[in-house]
Amino acid sequence: MKFTTLLASAAMALGLATSAMAEDKTKVGFVYVGPVGDGGWTYEHDKGRLAVEEHFGDKVETVFVESVPEGPDAERVMTQMALDGADLIFTTSFGYMDPTINVAKKFPNVKFEHATGYKTADNVSVYSARFYEGRAVQGHIAGKMTESNIIGYIGSYPIPEVIRGINSAYLHAKAVNPDVEFKIVWAYTWFDPAKEADAATVLIEQGADVILQHTDSTAPQAAAQEAGNVVTFGQASDMSEYAPFPRVSSIIDNWAPYYIARTQAVMDGSWETVNTWDGIREGMVEIGEISDRVPADVKEEALAMKAAMAAGEYHPFTGPINKQDGSVWLAEGEVADDGTLAGMNFYVEGLEGEIPQ
Amino acid sequence: MLEKRPQPSKMWSYATPLVAVIATMVFGGVLFALLGKNPVEAIGTIFWEPLFGEFAFYYRPQLLVKGAPLVLIAIGLSLGFRAGIWNIGAEGQYIMGAIFGAAAGLAFYPLEAWFIFPIMVMAGALGGWIWATIPAVLKVRFGTNEILVSLMLVYVAEQMLASVSLGLLKNPEGFGFPGSRNLQQYESAYNAELIAGSGMHWGVVTALIAVIFAYVLLNRHMLGFHIRLTGEAPRAARFAGVNPARLVLFCLGLSGALAGLAGMFEVSGPSGVVSIDFNVGYGFTAIIVAFLGRLHPVGILLAGGLMALTYIGGEIAQSQLGLPAAAIQVFQGMLLFFLLAFDLLTNYRIRAARSEVA
Repeated sequence: MKFTTLLASAAMALGLATSAMAEDKTKVGFVYVGPVGDGGWTYEHDKGRLAVEEHFGDKVETVFVESVPEGPDAERVMTQMALDGADLIFTTSFGYMDPTINVAKKFPNVKFEHATGYKTADNVSVYSARFYEGRAVQGHIAGKMTESNIIGYIGSYPIPEVIRGINSAYLHAKAVNPDVEFKIVWAYTWFDPAKEADAATVLIEQGADVILQHTDSTAPQAAAQEAGNVVTFGQASDMSEYAPFPRVSSIIDNWAPYYIARTQAVMDGSWETVNTWDGIREGMVEIGEISDRVPADVKEEALAMKAAMAAGEYHPFTGPINKQDGSVWLAEGEVADDGTLAGMNFYVEGLEGEIPQ
Repeated sequence: MLEKRPQPSKMWSYATPLVAVIATMVFGGVLFALLGKNPVEAIGTIFWEPLFGEFAFYYRPQLLVKGAPLVLIAIGLSLGFRAGIWNIGAEGQYIMGAIFGAAAGLAFYPLEAWFIFPIMVMAGALGGWIWATIPAVLKVRFGTNEILVSLMLVYVAEQMLASVSLGLLKNPEGFGFPGSRNLQQYESAYNAELIAGSGMHWGVVTALIAVIFAYVLLNRHMLGFHIRLTGEAPRAARFAGVNPARLVLFCLGLSGALAGLAGMFEVSGPSGVVSIDFNVGYGFTAIIVAFLGRLHPVGILLAGGLMALTYIGGEIAQSQLGLPAAAIQVFQGMLLFFLLAFDLLTNYRIRAARSEVA
């Protein structure tokens, strides 16, 4: 591993040189999968970056590269940031997992934070948000608002995070509206306005009058607006430009507190590998303002559910819940464990269709 | 006023790529200046930093890693393009090569044996060849348009990639997440660097061999002559006894096999994983590389290097200077635009317009 040591020693030498020059400015890098202007996922991560800059002022320098493909390109971008003297690097997409681990091995003195993955190392932490808590609130509102009883769902990829969201939304829609039916379209992309708009149009044509999306652009919102009477929810970001209708609420990812805390930890020298999975309670998941187009009683119920989750009194996956095949998953009163949730690869009872394999 | 040259200008056909690069630098600089960045610094970062900057020891090998698949695919495409056979679907053939290659390797997991990698290489080439032969056979038998068929097959290949990432090739130890086992961690299947830190993997070697092979084929071989003749004078080619069907099958098949090889070397080396987003557009960028290199093997080699340079330099400019990714893409687009624009000068010359008095 001659190359590894060469890189590491070069990085260390440089680390010494730059830290002397930059008067101990902490350098924080961000690798984004989409453009910062996507209005969703990457936009919120970038807001977190800006919050770090605002919070620490002159003590910190941030850099970012946007629209980085997942794979060898991501590995190069991370290496380049580490070579340039970054102390902490946030890699903000699931597909950056193996590249992050590879680069982290070469730069033992640089700290890495990988979003939504599961591989950790001495200098690699992982973090994600319990988006499914927000989905529960959305499901409740969606179940109440639908008139056709058909709810459309734009899935990105059939991975546990997305399946968790579908299950959570379905359970809570079904709880308030037993006739509800979910139609799921897989877009196989996180960000592609054209594909997302197509997916939304297909769902609307199939009779859906509520659309939930797990993709990052505002294209489905625009498609719903055009259709006229279709309800949507903002995803990852508030998407309030479509409020009060079609967007009636949203799930907002608030990464700023986490990014500030982790940057502080690097400055203090107290950074440790952690596996963070925070939700409404910790403020990593926020519910965007519920607009007036939602009936007042529904809004009240939704806010009550949110408050219960924030207080730790309610878990969206509380039994009895059966799997799609009818077998028992959770008994009466039983709460899902994080391990099962993290790797969730099954639908709950009542959902139709199969998870693409 | 434009006047058609009786013969294409030899001088301009060599000069246009250079002029295009210079024009791109000038107009790119204007673009960067409008974005509030120092244009000299930005251009310098893109072209200088990866080659001679502080960390060139890391970026130079990366140029090989990024450039090799582009060159390998572009070489294959250029043969067809010369004969007027338009394979636009190299991206799909690249994907199929990766799927076939990785599947062949993973079929043996966890066996360690010397013969696994060669089998993967053959499987990768086969995958690309099959995918390119579909439009070839359809063209020969039914007269379909190979541009459309090969392009549409890209989308089919992307769906198959998603399907195997989620099913057939999914890592059984991946907690239900999509994506295959990492071939970098499977020694017999790993397309590692031949010399550590050099960036030189089997894909780079193959790309260089392909350049030499294409050069010899075009200049010293009857088949190469037929390819050139078909492109330059189709009627003459028919009289010379060129079998167009055979040429279509050969050109599409070979370019598919090379694209498949590129995909296979990428998945078993730098990437390591068959995943839904495995393909990042090498197959389409290679079309630019082929034309930027004047469809000439040596030109393609240089063009591949230049393209890789703008990618890597562009990333550095993004993180160091805060240039938006879109500005870098516009910059790369300018390159092709100016190339095609100045290409006019190869076939036409500019003369001061003289008003004809009646």
